[in-house]
Amino acid sequence: MSEKNRKKVDIENIVFTTLNTIYLIFLCVVMVYPMVNTLAVSFNDPLDTVRGGIYIWPRKFTLYNYYVVFNMDSIYKAFYISVTKTIVIVITNLFFTSMLAYTISRKEYIFRRFITVVFVLTMYFNAGLIPNYLLIKNLGMINTFRVYWIPHIVSAFNLIVMRTYIRTIPESLIESAKIDGAREFRIYWQIVLPLIIPCLATIALFVAVGSWNSWFDTFLYNSGKQELSTLQYELQKLLASTMTAGTRGAPAGVTEAGRAGTGSSNVTTPQSLRAAITIFTAVPILLVYPFLQRYFIHGLAIGSVKE
Amino acid sequence: MTTQPLAQPKKKKTVWHTIAAQKELIIMSVPLLLYKILFSYVPVVGWTMAFQNYKPAVRSFWKQEWVGFDNFVKLFVGLNGERFLRDLRNTLGQSFLTIVLGYIGSISLALLLNEVKNIKFKKVVQNITYMPHFLSWVIVAGLVSTMLAIPTSGGIINDVLIRLGLIKEPIMFLSEPKYFWWIVACSNLWKEMGWNTIIYLAAMTAIDPTLYEAAVIDGANRYQKMWHITLPGIKSTIVVLLIMNVGHILEAGFEIQYFLGNGLVVEMAEIIDIFVLRYGIQMGNYSLATAAGIFKTVVSIILISMANFIAGRLGEEKLV
Repeated sequence: MSEKNRKKVDIENIVFTTLNTIYLIFLCVVMVYPMVNTLAVSFNDPLDTVRGGIYIWPRKFTLYNYYVVFNMDSIYKAFYISVTKTIVIVITNLFFTSMLAYTISRKEYIFRRFITVVFVLTMYFNAGLIPNYLLIKNLGMINTFRVYWIPHIVSAFNLIVMRTYIRTIPESLIESAKIDGAREFRIYWQIVLPLIIPCLATIALFVAVGSWNSWFDTFLYNSGKQELSTLQYELQKLLASTMTAGTRGAPAGVTEAGRAGTGSSNVTTPQSLRAAITIFTAVPILLVYPFLQRYFIHGLAIGSVKE
Repeated sequence: MTTQPLAQPKKKKTVWHTIAAQKELIIMSVPLLLYKILFSYVPVVGWTMAFQNYKPAVRSFWKQEWVGFDNFVKLFVGLNGERFLRDLRNTLGQSFLTIVLGYIGSISLALLLNEVKNIKFKKVVQNITYMPHFLSWVIVAGLVSTMLAIPTSGGIINDVLIRLGLIKEPIMFLSEPKYFWWIVACSNLWKEMGWNTIIYLAAMTAIDPTLYEAAVIDGANRYQKMWHITLPGIKSTIVVLLIMNVGHILEAGFEIQYFLGNGLVVEMAEIIDIFVLRYGIQMGNYSLATAAGIFKTVVSIILISMANFIAGRLGEEKLV
């Protein structure tokens, strides 16, 4: 390569790398700005926020919005329900899915194929909203806590992922346990389960995030019972009330909603309240995020193994 | 004393013996199988509602009036028909835009990330762009509506556009029907763009590095390498995902449209799933809503089977 050509390539490389870096940084800003802005608003004085101009840093710092949020009875209860529901779903889903995955990982099991097909098919078709709703209704699960977890105790996708993972356990291990007289459940509980912990951890995180973020089941089945409301549902209600104000073009003003739950003479606005609840709802996700991302590649690796 | 024969005559192994021998496995799995059948297959019985004039309050389940395909006809003609066809158009339009923008966004991001030599910077960008995937749609809808609001309510987009002198008055994005499809597509882009690069980046690691070396020797520049090596290297992944997405084109989401849609934009916002919800749960017209749901499921199954067939024909691994 001639000296001139080399110089040209060098300059091209520098230009490309610079533009690329600028674009990627811009993209990162676009990704984080909405959350950072919300964080800033949540720590800013509500009446000051209405004047506009809050970007990434609060102008008049206050904890008042959070004070209001933590004193709202509905948020307290919703937080409790969201946490309980997530814990129950994670435990039941992992237990039942892994148990079933163990049985269908056993090559000699007579119903292995049938069970696999029954579950895999459900990944591709759905009876639809109304028939499912009527089933839940006929089972008497409308406005109950159990509607949150019973429909989710086994999930087809996780079943296949777990089965694939369990198959990597040497068969001789299971054989020798059998020769020693161990029953099937004991083999599953004492030998298989400890060996699939990395897989369980990954799935647990994703199941937990899914459950924490879900809104539709509360909306469809439990919207008639305030005690069963979740954080996402409460946040959406607040969003809906401020949205209608927003579409008319008027800045969201001070409303009675802002006074909810406090006898204080201070006020907050739906906008600020919404920001605080958004942060409150997102924090658990952001807390598990470092663990989640450690498992991304791993989780995807186990998910992608096909037969 | 009789001696035991050394080799017992081999008993014929029947199904019942196997079942008896595997009873523990059966106890562990069959209840869950029945559970799945109850929750995923029994509701299909409800499809009969689509062929009836279903009035649960008036008649019992067994005494409903059968009307044949009347409800399906109603889906396409008359006042309901107009609404359904509009919703079908919205579903397809929003899905299509979402798919196209999503592809351009995540493939280009994956290509650019692949060119980053600084591993630390690459990791940081990846972790930041993956994050929105884990936020709920409720939160995302809230963020989107804030970003699109007027400047004093935190609407950064109007703020920037005004500062750049592109517009004088803030645009009411969420009150004008013509923006709605784009808002849905861009929200999806924001949420999933980073996450969707994972699969492309994984495919890129499988490309043989000697191809790049050979290209350099032949005098290829960076863009030529991207265009002639990296892109063809992930082509099969792109094709498979494209086919799969087309198979799911009637799944345009639900929550984002439900949260951001309002009376002013309903013309462009309402999708089939919301139609089903409004007619079924809110108006109690189970028959028509079920018919709409069946239409959606059947079309989806046909599309998915076709996608699967095409993928097989193209020599790709079958998806289903």
